[in-house]
Amino acid sequence: MPTFGSAQLKLLEKLCNVIAVSGDESEVRKLVLEEVKPHADELKVDVMGNVLATKFGTGKNKRRMRVMLDAHMDEVGFMIVADDGEGLYRFETVGGIDVRHLVGKQILVGKDYSPAVIGGKPIHLMNGEERTRKVPLDALRIDTGLSGKAKVGDRAGFATKFRRVGPSILSKSIDDRIGVATLIELFRQAPPTIDLCAAFSVQEEIGLRGAKVAAQYFNPDIAIAVDSTPANDMPLYDGGENISYNTKLGLGPAIYIADGSTLHDPRLVRFLAETAEAEGIPYQFRQPGGGGTDSGAIQRSLAGIPTVSVSVPHRYTHSPISISRVDDWKNTINLLYAALRRITPELIAPR
Amino acid sequence: MADILPFLKSLISVSGLSGHETPVADLITEKWRPLVDELSLSRVGSLHGLKKGRGQEPRPSLMIAAHMDAIGMRVSKIEDGFLHITNVGGIDVRVLPGAPVTVHASGSDDELPGVVAMPPARFLPESAGDGVLTINYLLVDTGLLPRDVDKKVRVGDLISFANDPMELAGEVISGHSLDNRASVAALTVCLEELQNKPHVWDVWAVATVQEEVSFLGSYSSAFELRPQMAIVVDGTFGKGPGANGWQTFPLAKGVGLCIGPNMHPFLHERLKSLAEQLEIPWFLDVTPGQSGTDAFAVQTTAEGIPTALVEYPLRYMHTPVESVAVKDIQRVGRLLAEFIVSLEADFVDRIIWD
Repeated sequence: MPTFGSAQLKLLEKLCNVIAVSGDESEVRKLVLEEVKPHADELKVDVMGNVLATKFGTGKNKRRMRVMLDAHMDEVGFMIVADDGEGLYRFETVGGIDVRHLVGKQILVGKDYSPAVIGGKPIHLMNGEERTRKVPLDALRIDTGLSGKAKVGDRAGFATKFRRVGPSILSKSIDDRIGVATLIELFRQAPPTIDLCAAFSVQEEIGLRGAKVAAQYFNPDIAIAVDSTPANDMPLYDGGENISYNTKLGLGPAIYIADGSTLHDPRLVRFLAETAEAEGIPYQFRQPGGGGTDSGAIQRSLAGIPTVSVSVPHRYTHSPISISRVDDWKNTINLLYAALRRITPELIAPR
Repeated sequence: MADILPFLKSLISVSGLSGHETPVADLITEKWRPLVDELSLSRVGSLHGLKKGRGQEPRPSLMIAAHMDAIGMRVSKIEDGFLHITNVGGIDVRVLPGAPVTVHASGSDDELPGVVAMPPARFLPESAGDGVLTINYLLVDTGLLPRDVDKKVRVGDLISFANDPMELAGEVISGHSLDNRASVAALTVCLEELQNKPHVWDVWAVATVQEEVSFLGSYSSAFELRPQMAIVVDGTFGKGPGANGWQTFPLAKGVGLCIGPNMHPFLHERLKSLAEQLEIPWFLDVTPGQSGTDAFAVQTTAEGIPTALVEYPLRYMHTPVESVAVKDIQRVGRLLAEFIVSLEADFVDRIIWD
């Protein structure tokens, strides 16, 4: 199994602490290019802004499988849409953000990461009814101070910084920097038996747009989307059993069976589960249900691509601070590392 | 004028929730020790700094007071490693989901970082709605395993906001607990100004406890010190997003001088004319009823104490991103110092009603 320790966590920290809102992924792209360049046989940044890196196998078998791994570089965030003057700006959310996560938060704006806050009307000036209503987006402003120099079109993201705490990681953008870091690790240690096609894709959060183009470029035999999925494993208010947790922290990588738009290739689902069992790696099946990852776009590309999705669980999705377990990440890397070494053409051979 | 920003940033980098002010009291003690002649704690934890005047004994004394406590949360129940919470002071629940917090775990040497979690609607009773969730539905997650949480955390442990101070453009500082640590900074500016300015009156610089809950500190310190007059410093509503009414005032445009039943009009007039004479920009803040500050408590202590309320505008009050203009803090401190310097030995006898 690959080594896992402070170097990997350091890389994840770097990736989590930069801001790359969908459509403006350059801060992550720079880090990714730096990391994969020394290991890539082919490397390009495409029209969309995807980083597409290929590492060819060296095995003697004529028909090497082309395996695409995908992780999205973008995160949910904000875009400034109007300048109200005196350092105050109107903004829209980019990607699915619950507006209830915004009041009273620190953010960073623009290329130079200017500090700013999203404030709210003081509780003292609200009547009882107003205190129970969520503040609509159009009533919120990004406040850069009295002489802010943000511009319409600037992106902004949460200002929270990566932290290690006990068995966990507390950070913004674990979704999907943890996938990006996973791909970097796997790409460095690609097995010689396959051609590994790594897609660091853009615009996942606004409709899986980068991965679609990446799949069309790579034309892989199979694809695995590596992402991070919510763990809603908290207690219910009435003490009842939580039957819709999606995933649970600490149970290992979450293998997708079905999500809101995609039935994941059952051969690959079985293959991943069998690999985990054989290697003694903990894993869990994500509860079939809604949601989706880049696998949806990839599967329906070209003539159809057998696709599966593996996610590191995280709590508190698309909020200023998500929480993941270090061991779940390590086991995700281990599972994919082992799986890449076991892939053969028979895996998807027609019956 | 000395740069007060580093001290103010340190004040909003520690907790010090109502009833548990020691972390901030320690910082203030260290800062004030060289600035005052005597320093002590009251029975209930308020900090008293005495800067002696040059007048003949018995000298009259002025209390300048600012509360040092802050609002926050407390653990009410522990379940599967998650912490249920309740409020300390008038917390605004709208700001809680996603907020970085520190759990002051009584069973651990280290403070635990955490985040306030908002459970999905399907985990809550229908009556909880999909709007702002009341505090009893919110949870705090430390990222630790349930067995470690059980070992380290106890019901009653405090939880404070954890976000670092942020310097915004235009010399605006933002963070949690600026209400009322910014006033503590203003008192400090005043004490620094007084180092080279002779004054007749004794000055009691007081950092009070538990303003956000019961005014305990101001009631008790006013009683113990029995000053001839008092000036309370607190924040008022800054004009900004969502707050544009008559109660709100723009940042960086001066100090607020309050009138209303909690404030003595004679003191107000004196402060007003002094501000004008010194060309310190000021605005009138009218408070028709209870001022919601320590001035409310101090005024009726013992035989009654002539009290004034001096303010600065603060945006987003009771959120973790409260914001103030540093310039306003310095202006408040300077006005206090000049007021003290201007006090004649018999000033208190001149206080008249009509």
